Amino acid sequence: MTAWLDKLNETFIQSGYLKMIPEGLLNTIIITAGALLIGVVIGTLIAVTKYLSEGVRVLRPIRAICNIYVTVIRGIPVVVQLLIFYFVIFASSDNGVFVATITFGINSGAYMAEIIRSGLNAVDAGQMEAGRSLGMSRLQTMRKIILPQAIRYIIPAVGNEFIALLKETSVAGYVAVMDLTRAGNLIRNNTFDAVNPLLVVALIYLVIVVALAKLMKFIERRLATGDKR
Amino acid sequence: MISVKNLQKKYKGVDALRGIDVEINRGDVVCVIGPSGSGKSTFLRCLNLLEVPSGGSIFFEGAELTGKKVDLDKHRQKMGMVFQQFNLFPHMTVMQNLTCAPMMLKKVPREQAEKKAMELLGRVGLSDRAGAYPAQLSGGQKQRVAIVRSLCMEPDVMLFDEPTSALDPEMVGEVLDVMKKLAAEGMTMVVVTHEMGFAREVANRVLFIDEGKIIEQGTPEQIFENPQSERLKSFLAKVL
Ligand SMILES: Nc1ncnc2c1ncn2[C@@H]1O[C@H](COP(=O)(O)OP(=O)(O)O)[C@@H](O)[C@H]1O
Ligand SMILES: [Mg+2]
Repeated sequence: MTAWLDKLNETFIQSGYLKMIPEGLLNTIIITAGALLIGVVIGTLIAVTKYLSEGVRVLRPIRAICNIYVTVIRGIPVVVQLLIFYFVIFASSDNGVFVATITFGINSGAYMAEIIRSGLNAVDAGQMEAGRSLGMSRLQTMRKIILPQAIRYIIPAVGNEFIALLKETSVAGYVAVMDLTRAGNLIRNNTFDAVNPLLVVALIYLVIVVALAKLMKFIERRLATGDKR
Repeated sequence: MISVKNLQKKYKGVDALRGIDVEINRGDVVCVIGPSGSGKSTFLRCLNLLEVPSGGSIFFEGAELTGKKVDLDKHRQKMGMVFQQFNLFPHMTVMQNLTCAPMMLKKVPREQAEKKAMELLGRVGLSDRAGAYPAQLSGGQKQRVAIVRSLCMEPDVMLFDEPTSALDPEMVGEVLDVMKKLAAEGMTMVVVTHEMGFAREVANRVLFIDEGKIIEQGTPEQIFENPQSERLKSFLAKVL
């Protein structure tokens, strides 16, 4: 036991590397939260566009663009996307956190689009007809009638996407971003202590994921009790 | 008020409407009867362009709804529609269901919209349900609220698509009573229905549709007492 504590002391404190952990964690949180926000915005735009343009001939090219985006993004490993964004598209920028946030946001947007679209489709088609028959436009019906109902189906899936995203950002180290994973790996590399840095990193991820899952359960329960239907 | 000329509707592989011509005048109560799958709903839904016709034209209060540059949303405000499945907004209270469209589309102040809604709710015997959610209402109550929701927009015509078909038998009467009152007040109505008693009593004109065409039309007496075509005779033999 004391031997282990000594080892911890040596790896994290005496080496001066401890501060890399909160630094890395902060970057992980920034990338995840930023990407989630971008993902929700892109996902909503695409899902609503696809929903409203269904059967409208002139909007077919826009639908096609949405479909291509979703197909391309979902068909390429996120690490490859990250490398492309960092070394090709944003080659002039060396702000890795920024590039990673954009990349994961654009990536997540494709998955969010599908999540939100299936939420919209879960709302009975009669709701749109009722709105339209009262004289509301497609967009007005979407905002007042369809989206508020779809939210119930969407929130739980977005929560899962949030958790998946947090874990996915662990590959951000590929483009020289010091996220939580890379922080642990750097300490491992510099101290020749493989066990403890990785153990600490793993535990931090686990705690955050479990906490997020608990939060989602709570929100889901709140949504269910607010359901007067 | 509504004039329909050679209306056609094709779904993939199905000729749902094959040339319908009809005039609906102010104050008319037109009941549409016919076998299931004959195109009654399609006809009704074409009237407010919920289904886009494949051919023919529809004029409403002088404007061609099937024309190119028409503001459909504006005209739909004047055409109420009541659905078989009610289609109330489940995330809103009864009051919100009733005031949502007038406040958003006609910019009616909330107070005024609520006053009007309460008055109409009272007339269908539901004043005490204003704060309820649709899930807390019986089928008959839901359909009465749905009718009031349309009325709150002060429509010139009301379209009903089998408004009592999804109801338990004991609730049919309360909805038909509301519709009878509406008719008596002079509302122009087009009603797709299987309630022959209602058609006979309230309609001033009955359309019999089969296979996407109007086979016969006339006063309730003509249709029910003195049917001409074989198809109408055999239909009536089945439903009466
Ligand atoms: N959305 C649709 N897609 C394809 N076919 C349809 C659709 N709606 C109705 N139909 C077909 O059109 C015909 C008329 O249907 P409908 O107007 O609903 O009849 P009714 O209301 O008299 O029972 C039926 O053959 C039906 O199967
Ligand atoms: Mg029908």
